[in-house]
Amino acid sequence: MNFDPRYSGRNFSSVGTRPIRPDGIDKVTGRARYGADFNMAGQLVGRILRSPHAHAVIKSIDTSKAEKLAGVKAVITAKDLPDLTDGDAAMYDILDNSMARKKALYDGHAVAAVAAIDARTARQALKLIEVEYEVLPHVTDVDEAAQHHAPLINDQVFTEGLEEKPAKPSNVTKRTQFGHGDVHKGFAQADFVIERSFKTEQTHQGYIEPHACVASVNPDGTADLWVCTQGHFVYRQHCAQLLGLEASKLRVTSSEIGGGFGGKTHVWAEPVALALSRKAGRPVKLVMTRDEVFRASGPTSATSIDVKIGANKDGTITAAEATLRYSCGPYPGSWAEIGAMTAFACYKLENVKTVGYEVLVNRPKTAAYRAPSAPMAAFAVESVVDELAKELGMDAVEFRIKNAAQEGTRSSYGPVYGPIGIGPTLEAVKSHPHMKAPLKANQGRGMACGFWFNFGGQTCTDLNIGMDGTVSLAVGTVDVGGSRASLSLVAAEELGIDYSQVKAIVADTSSLGYNDMTDGSRGTFSSSMATISAAGNAIKILRERAAQTWDIPVEDVVWEKGHAIAKGEKYGNLAPLSLKDIAAASGKTGGPIAGHSELVADGAGVSFATHICDVEVDPETGSTRVIRYTVVQDAGKAVHPTYVEGQYQGGAAQGIGWALNEEYIYGKDGRLQNPGFLDYRIPVCSDLPMIDTQILEIPNPNHPYGVRGVGETSIVPPLAAIANAVSNAVGVRMTHIPMSPPRILAALDAEREG
Amino acid sequence: MAGVAVSTTINGDAVEYLCQPDETLLDVLRDRLGLTGAKEGCGTGDCGACSVIVDGRLVCSCLVLGAEAEGRKVETIEGMAHGDQLHPLQQKFLEHAALQCGICTPGFLIAAKDLLEKNPSPTEEEIRFGLAGNLCRCTGYDKIVRAVQDAANVMKGA
Repeated sequence: MNFDPRYSGRNFSSVGTRPIRPDGIDKVTGRARYGADFNMAGQLVGRILRSPHAHAVIKSIDTSKAEKLAGVKAVITAKDLPDLTDGDAAMYDILDNSMARKKALYDGHAVAAVAAIDARTARQALKLIEVEYEVLPHVTDVDEAAQHHAPLINDQVFTEGLEEKPAKPSNVTKRTQFGHGDVHKGFAQADFVIERSFKTEQTHQGYIEPHACVASVNPDGTADLWVCTQGHFVYRQHCAQLLGLEASKLRVTSSEIGGGFGGKTHVWAEPVALALSRKAGRPVKLVMTRDEVFRASGPTSATSIDVKIGANKDGTITAAEATLRYSCGPYPGSWAEIGAMTAFACYKLENVKTVGYEVLVNRPKTAAYRAPSAPMAAFAVESVVDELAKELGMDAVEFRIKNAAQEGTRSSYGPVYGPIGIGPTLEAVKSHPHMKAPLKANQGRGMACGFWFNFGGQTCTDLNIGMDGTVSLAVGTVDVGGSRASLSLVAAEELGIDYSQVKAIVADTSSLGYNDMTDGSRGTFSSSMATISAAGNAIKILRERAAQTWDIPVEDVVWEKGHAIAKGEKYGNLAPLSLKDIAAASGKTGGPIAGHSELVADGAGVSFATHICDVEVDPETGSTRVIRYTVVQDAGKAVHPTYVEGQYQGGAAQGIGWALNEEYIYGKDGRLQNPGFLDYRIPVCSDLPMIDTQILEIPNPNHPYGVRGVGETSIVPPLAAIANAVSNAVGVRMTHIPMSPPRILAALDAEREG
Repeated sequence: MAGVAVSTTINGDAVEYLCQPDETLLDVLRDRLGLTGAKEGCGTGDCGACSVIVDGRLVCSCLVLGAEAEGRKVETIEGMAHGDQLHPLQQKFLEHAALQCGICTPGFLIAAKDLLEKNPSPTEEEIRFGLAGNLCRCTGYDKIVRAVQDAANVMKGA
């Protein structure tokens, strides 16, 4: 492969324009097929029985009555999913989460499943399954779970990352630490030190489409899975391993995806659907209810974070320290570790230390949620940064500019930064009209910064040129928000043809090589790299065909604006050959023309954003409205600016919901009290203002166009920006997210009582 | 359980079906008639992804029984375009990129159509409250509101 991923400045024809997306027409006419919109002949309805207990030993399961019900074709328990994980602890956890093996570990944990001829029969069958539980003490709060006397969720877990292996098991699975310098020395040098503790509650990604799949396992070991997922190749690997299938014989097709935000990076019901199909000998459709989505699919971590920052009188931060405790659900994760890495990533710090603790709780297994772990850490850090600026008598933006990381700064999590956008986003905010707009009574303004790593990963792409000169682009990264449009623009750009001549699709697992899932904001970053590389390989063939047609050396043929051109005066009589001309003759010049690319998209560019938010708080009720919101973020290069704006706006809106209202509420019985959109209220249209955006483009040196990921960073600053705005409006520092009306009233009451 | 025979009109066409007494109109549309444009996001009337219009009234089809469609006129997303001519709302949703994942889009289009039929010149606030029964998790609603504003202007000029 001859592919240079380095950035080179250039003028674009297609990239940066805003055409209509190729999948748009299907989506406005109702024709687009999502997870639940697909059916197979002879298909059964699958349903899952879930534990009503937060923590319980499964003593026995009697499925005999359910099996005898007319219309029931299969009933399964963990016995039908034997452990094939071969010592792979992470895979064992995925298996156990799909179907509880010994203990139910949270309210909603799957314990059995049925496949029946219709939904009503399946529901009746679930009621006939008799499960005998021995209920155990449970713990759902992250701080309580970390205590020594807390109920133990897994007695085989001993805290990793300590100097000595502890003698007793613990719910704290791991300790991680990042930083450099000497924080003790740094705090000793500080004129001002602020130290505070913060909490954030657990939220759900809240995709509108519940998890859905159709599984069909044949007696010869071949199988098909239609599923809404962010990563069908990863689902294939996991399902094949858990079911004992050969990966090449399991064909996974990703449906249109109705939102994921990280929540569709895990298998849950898919292994169950495959096991049901295998046992019943028929296809099985399994669709989660909304209640199941909340109770059993991936929420983010609840957190408890302590932050301490010190600064000189001149506004230089001398030391920064954070301790972060993140809930993982009942299985080990690395969520606090990510929080510890991101916490101070915006700043240039001589002395910094962060420590993360992963904590098991009797809640659903934590899954990624858009820049996972970063928003909570940013909330805590940016709150203290704001407070410290006030203490110093400095403007909040100026204080951040003074301490912002730059090219060459050693980041708080280790690497040295290349060109980055934190400074430019702060400068843009400083001069933004939003910062100067007047505020009325009970209103407050806040701003905050955010960071996300972004990710590249394994990527494989096919570009096929049709005989009519149109181009099919097959990518393996699931399109979660318009990437088929952006990747078509990239193919058009490279080939020098019109966007309308390219049609991008997401290929299934049998049609393309392995792709990592669409996470880490990698969809457009990595697949555009592979598309540029694939187009380059196709252009090489196009030039060869032209050279062959003209009977001249290929070195004398260049590709410009969609045409092969014979270079040099001696070829003055050779008229350029268009892509269409060469494609039309391809049957006689060597056959089909295609470009293929497989690569690891290294060099993802880190991304920064700064948000400004105005709120109005009703002091009588504690109710808060966001009245103006501005997002400034570095995209590296915006391939399709409208969809980049959409990512900025969507992340901000999710952050607003998280900051003000969304939270998992558990009862004392360990059961989730609000598993529905009525009681877990995500922002609706009338809750929000327009969300203004400003796209900055500081090129990523490791991508030919300078692209960075754009999807995730936008959810990092909002919790902090809104908390700063509310704190400024009410005159009390808010330390607990969400800032729901009762919490705001309680904070005001506490302030009055002194 | 004995099925209920229903005669109704869907997108202008006479349709007959048998359904169970406890079966929702959404399940009938999706599972019996193959009209999968209406989506089930919650099944409790909270998300609006299953929005349809029954006799001129915007409803969540997950809260209507299939049997209740007897003798009524049902409009779904599949009937919104006329032949190859998109409804102005559909066109403006595409132009403004008012969709990302698109799962909520059919419900938003039906709700917006109902809104503009009743109020052809809505203010931004009226649009926001008119569409408050439909959840979108991707867009932050900004581009949806702008698409509806633009469509309203086009439709007034038509």
